[in-house]
Amino acid sequence: MHTVVCVKQVPNPELAAGQFRLDEQAQKVAPVTGGQLVMSPFDEQAVEAALRIRDTHPGAKITVMSLGPEITRNVLKHGLAMGADEGVLLADTAFADADSYTTALTLAAAIKKIGNVDLVLTGRQAADWDAGVVGFGIGELLGLPVISFAQEVQIEDGVARVERVLDDGTEIVEAALPAVVTVSNELGTPRTPNLRETMRAARKPVAVWSASDLGLAAETVGAAGARCVRERMFIPMKQNRCELIAGSSPEEQAAGLAQRLCEAKLI
Amino acid sequence: MSGAPSEGGTGAPLGDVTPETDATPALDGAAPDSRTVASRKREPCSLLAGVPCVLVIAETMQGKTTGPACELLGLARRLADQAGGTVAAALLGNGGGVVAEELIARGADRVYLAEHVLLGEYHADAWVPALAQICRQAACDAVLISHNAMGSDLAPRLAFRLGTAVATGCVEVALSAGRFVLTRPCYGGNAREIVSFKTAPAIATVRPGCYDVLAPDSGRSGSVMPVQPEIDATAIRTRIVERKRDAAEGVRLEDAKVIVAGGRGLNGANGFRVLEKLAHALGGAVGASRVPCDLGWCPRSWQIGLTGRTVTPDLYIAVGISGAGHHMAGCGNAKTIVAVNTDPEAAIFKDARYGVVGDYQRFIPAFISEVQKLRD
Repeated sequence: MHTVVCVKQVPNPELAAGQFRLDEQAQKVAPVTGGQLVMSPFDEQAVEAALRIRDTHPGAKITVMSLGPEITRNVLKHGLAMGADEGVLLADTAFADADSYTTALTLAAAIKKIGNVDLVLTGRQAADWDAGVVGFGIGELLGLPVISFAQEVQIEDGVARVERVLDDGTEIVEAALPAVVTVSNELGTPRTPNLRETMRAARKPVAVWSASDLGLAAETVGAAGARCVRERMFIPMKQNRCELIAGSSPEEQAAGLAQRLCEAKLI
Repeated sequence: MSGAPSEGGTGAPLGDVTPETDATPALDGAAPDSRTVASRKREPCSLLAGVPCVLVIAETMQGKTTGPACELLGLARRLADQAGGTVAAALLGNGGGVVAEELIARGADRVYLAEHVLLGEYHADAWVPALAQICRQAACDAVLISHNAMGSDLAPRLAFRLGTAVATGCVEVALSAGRFVLTRPCYGGNAREIVSFKTAPAIATVRPGCYDVLAPDSGRSGSVMPVQPEIDATAIRTRIVERKRDAAEGVRLEDAKVIVAGGRGLNGANGFRVLEKLAHALGGAVGASRVPCDLGWCPRSWQIGLTGRTVTPDLYIAVGISGAGHHMAGCGNAKTIVAVNTDPEAAIFKDARYGVVGDYQRFIPAFISEVQKLRD
């Protein structure tokens, strides 16, 4: 049983919104002083899902994989410290500014190169672009079934049994392996790396593959092969016209609000 | 590791993950339809030629078109009129095509009706090939899909199947110089990006509440085109074992005119009992931000936000919610937001029209009695 978990490095999404800045010139997110890059939380939950599967399938192998520059090695280390066995870093200047399509294409080629993969896990979306496309793309490009928004993943007799989140409930879906599953926050809190695992992680192997290692021509990956063009990025204006309801007691405030809402025909 | 080849030849066997092969008809120059040929250059080309077509995937519930699907028809009508084009709707089901007339009254010129035993409830493995077939037949330039659990699952698959790209969770879809430009929140709602595509059709999931529905006009004419869906049994690789719907109590969040939502500041599940009382007094529904759902204070299905539901009530009362971007992405289109929070610096006050700084446990009961006074 070999699981590949695709993880992404993102600016810490827990930082306060007030610290979020755009570099208008470069049309990129400006790095926050002291703000670190972290594993996208949904991807962390995907690693957790893989670890839970291994808890019931001792001997199962977990590979964490990421596409990004050398600094991305840090999120692989985090995945290894959580308990994954090996890392794969897809690093090549040609991969820069990939869109969802070229990201999926590159990850799919790497999964193919690994070979004999039974399960591919991704977060439901990355906490930077919030697109939620790459997991489906990997499945489509590899011709594998995809089950999205998992809150529980179980493997039994070569079949993935997934409880997935709907708008108004859940459903249980099964697919024979190999398959792709995207993991949602409903899975629950991922485990925190302990000191022993963190020490061990430093000795775990991390392979680094370039476009040519994957047999991909430079013009087919990254920005060159992308189907999507980002025209502009901006921070939406807030209206900032809040009227604070005055009052010396909750009862006075309540009467004030009721009056405003009644006048506006909202209640 | 092997995978069954999928419909349309785009699901390449594992050995062929290269863009030069059948994975990307748009880039190998051999696409059968010139509309899908993308520019090899960095700058996007104008993709609208001839009579452009905007296709809406019509989502239905209990035999009626959903509100968000009606909004998409209104949006499609506006875009098509601007480009001198047409509106198509794809309607999938298992018998009983009664809503086709409604789709025409709501703005569609053509309704592609695919009926099949496998197309009853949404099942990606059956719906994606059927919709890819309709998209090709309609030769559409854009595909609009509601942004919800179904649309988020469907749209990316359809995009890869058709060799094109998708923008999810859009708040605006516009035509500019012959191209579709799509605006969507990103970075947890902190920023927005505007994207366009080098490939066609442009696929978008659109958040509910961003566009007005057209008043139904039963005098509009349109045609219903039956489609024989070609669904290969080998394409059905997933099996839906069981669906567990939360017991629907009162108004659905998406349909509610008034929503009372609670966040971390409620400090426990009991807070939701107080909010339920207020929602009941106002004839509304109760929602939540992500934290109380993760902590088990309320059902998961109450979650409003980036990864939860998108709601568009007239009145949204946010109680103990800080107003992080990922929550506002699900409720920012409410007509009026009221914030109740102990922290006067909470970000929610920047989005709110009215604010109450104070302890909800004292304020909400007082407000319930004011509401009851008005009702008497």
